[in-house]
Amino acid sequence: MKKTEKLIEVKNLKKYFHVGKGKLLKAVDDITIDIYKGETLGLVGESGCGKSTAGRTIIQLYKATSGQVIYDGEDIQKKSSTEIKSMKKKMQMIFQDPYSSLNPRMTVLEIISEGIDNHEFHYNKKEKEEKVYELLELVGLNKRHATRYPHEFSGGQRQRIGIARALAVEPEFIIADEPIAALDVSIQAQIVNLLQELQEKKRLTFLFIAHDLSMVKYISDRIAVMYLGIIVELSDSEDLYDEPFHPYTKALLSAIPVPDPKIERIRERIILEGDVPNPMDPPSGCRFRTRCPSAMDICTESVPKWQEVSSNHFVACHLYNV
Amino acid sequence: MEDTILKVENLHVSFKSHDDGEIKAVRGVSFELKKGETLAIVGESGSGKSVTAKSLMGLLPKQNSFVKQGKIMYEKKDLLKYSNKEMQKIRGSEISMIFQDPMTSLNPTMKIGKQIIEGFRRHQIVGKKEVYKKATELLELVGIANPEERIKDYPHQFSGGMRQRVVIAMALASNPNILLADEPTTALDVTIQAQILDLMKDLQKKTGAAIVIITHDLGVVANMAQRVAVMYAGEIIETGTVDEIFYEARHPYTKGLLLSMPKLHSSRSTKLIPISGTPPDLSQLPEGCPFAARCPYVMKVCHDFTPDSTKVSDTHMVSCWLEDKRAPRIEWRSGEGVSKDEENRKAN
Repeated sequence: MKKTEKLIEVKNLKKYFHVGKGKLLKAVDDITIDIYKGETLGLVGESGCGKSTAGRTIIQLYKATSGQVIYDGEDIQKKSSTEIKSMKKKMQMIFQDPYSSLNPRMTVLEIISEGIDNHEFHYNKKEKEEKVYELLELVGLNKRHATRYPHEFSGGQRQRIGIARALAVEPEFIIADEPIAALDVSIQAQIVNLLQELQEKKRLTFLFIAHDLSMVKYISDRIAVMYLGIIVELSDSEDLYDEPFHPYTKALLSAIPVPDPKIERIRERIILEGDVPNPMDPPSGCRFRTRCPSAMDICTESVPKWQEVSSNHFVACHLYNV
Repeated sequence: MEDTILKVENLHVSFKSHDDGEIKAVRGVSFELKKGETLAIVGESGSGKSVTAKSLMGLLPKQNSFVKQGKIMYEKKDLLKYSNKEMQKIRGSEISMIFQDPMTSLNPTMKIGKQIIEGFRRHQIVGKKEVYKKATELLELVGIANPEERIKDYPHQFSGGMRQRVVIAMALASNPNILLADEPTTALDVTIQAQILDLMKDLQKKTGAAIVIITHDLGVVANMAQRVAVMYAGEIIETGTVDEIFYEARHPYTKGLLLSMPKLHSSRSTKLIPISGTPPDLSQLPEGCPFAARCPYVMKVCHDFTPDSTKVSDTHMVSCWLEDKRAPRIEWRSGEGVSKDEENRKAN
C-alpha cells in the first residue's frame, strides 16, 4: 500500500543557533520534506548532522529560524500559542535516554498522566487511572507498575513508559529520537516490534531518527539521509539500500559492519577520509566534497540541486546532473 | 601449548554492595588467548565482559570488589598473584587497554604529546628528544595528519575519532603482546568506526599483538574476530570460531541475539524475534541456568542445575542442557540455526 496523503509538509526549514561572538551554527539549513500519513520516515545521519534538531524543530520544541511546517494543511508557525498547544497534542516525542527522560520523583502514573492533565482531557481521577492502566497494558507493562518510580525499572521497561507517556494524549504523529540506541541488543528488538504494533493499532505516523542504519531500514518505509544540516538523499528504504546514489550514503552503508562473518570477509568498504567538517564553517558548494571520493571541480563551486533521479528517489549530488 | 599467550581459568569476581550483599559479576570464566589472534567477548550490559577485562589488567576497584578464585596465567605466571608494583610494569607495556569513551580516557589538561610520552617513559628509559620523535611517529602510524603540530594540541582540539586514534597510539606505544579493547568504537559514528576497526586490524598485522575486543555489536565481531566468547550473567555460555558462532550457534541465547538483529539484506516483512524478559539480577541469581527464565526451550532441569559445558568441536563449547543426550531434539524456530540469508546465498 502506498502512502501518499501528506500529514506534514516541511518547507525550507532552517534552524540556526547563536553561539556567541556573532557566530551562527546552522544546524538545519534548508530542508524540505513531506511526511505521509501512516508511514515511518527514517532520518539518518552521523552525530552532529542536525537530525535531532530537525526533529525538534518540526515538533516545535525549537522555534524555527525560517521556513514552514504545515501540519494537515495548517501552517503551525502562523498559529497563536494556544492553538499550537492543541496541535502539540497531536505530535509527541519519544526520547533516546530512558534514564534522563523520566522524572525520578514522579510515579509512573504521574508521568503518564501529566500529558493528560496538561492537555485538558477532562477525565476524572478514576477515568485517568483507567486510561493509564490501559496504556500500560498496551506497551507491555501492567497495572501494578503504575505506583512505582522510574528507578525500579530496567532500560527497556523505561522506554516502554516513555512510549506510554507519548501515547497518553492520543497523538497522530510521533517523533522517536534514537529510541533504542541506549538499549541492549536483545531488548532493542522488543521495542522496535512494540513500535510497529502500535503503529498498526493506532494508525500512527512516525519520524524515526537514528544512526543505526540496519534498524532504520528495518522499520522505515522511506529514509532521508542527512549530512551537515541538509538532506542529501531520500528514497524508499529498499531502494536506498539496493541502489544508493549519493557517495555519502554509499559510504555510510558500506561502513556498517554486518553480523555475518562470510560477508564481512569479502565486503569492500568505502572508508571515508577525515571527519565531518565544522558545521560553523561548512565547505562551499557541496558540503560533502571534502570527504567525497568522487569530488569534482564543480562541487566546490556550486551547491548541487535536489533532483529526482529515479521514481521517488531524490538526491543532491553533481554526479547525477542531467 | 606454545602459542597460548594468556589463559584465564575459572575466574570468579564479586562486588560488595550495601543493600544487595554480594554481586557475582563474573562466575567461572575460562578462556585462552592465542598469539596474534582476535578474540571477541560479546554480551549485554551487566554480563561481566568489562569486569573480566578489568581483572586481567588488575584494574578492579580495591574497596568493593574481590577475585574469589581463579587464575590468570600470563607467561607461566599468575597475574592475580602479582603485587601492585609488578602489575604496573605489565600494564601499559605488555598488556594495554583502550576504553570505550575517548573523551574521558585522556587527560584534558595535558598536551597529547606529553600523554603519549608519559606512557613509555615509564617503561623504557630513553632521552627526551628521542621520546618525542617516537610519539610523532606513533601519531603518524595511527593516521593523524601533520603530527609534529598536533602533538602540541590538547584533547579537546581533536574530534572523537581522532581521540580514539590517540588512545590507540598510546596503547600501542610499547608494542604490547595483548591489547584489550573495551567497546572501542561504541561512542563513534559508523564511518569513523570503520576507520578505527581498519586501523586496529592494520596495526595488529604490523605488531602481531593479540586483541581481546569487548563489544555488544555482532557486526563488529563478524568484522574483527577469529574467535568469539558469548557471555551471559557472568558466565561464558558459548565459545567458538566466528563461523561456528554465527552459523552453527547452539545456545538459545546466542541464537536469540542473532535473530533479534535485523540483517541489512533482509526485508521488512521478516519480523524480528526479540528475546523476551530481561537478564537476571546478579545479586539474586536463580538456581540452575541463568538464561532459563528467558529461554524458549527451557526444561525442568534448567531451573535446578547449572549445565556443564559440552564440547561440540575442538574449538566450539556450549553450556546448555539441550546438549545433553537425554534432552529432547528440538525444532528451532523458523529462521534459527541456518540463517535465511545463508540459504539465499547458497541458492543463488
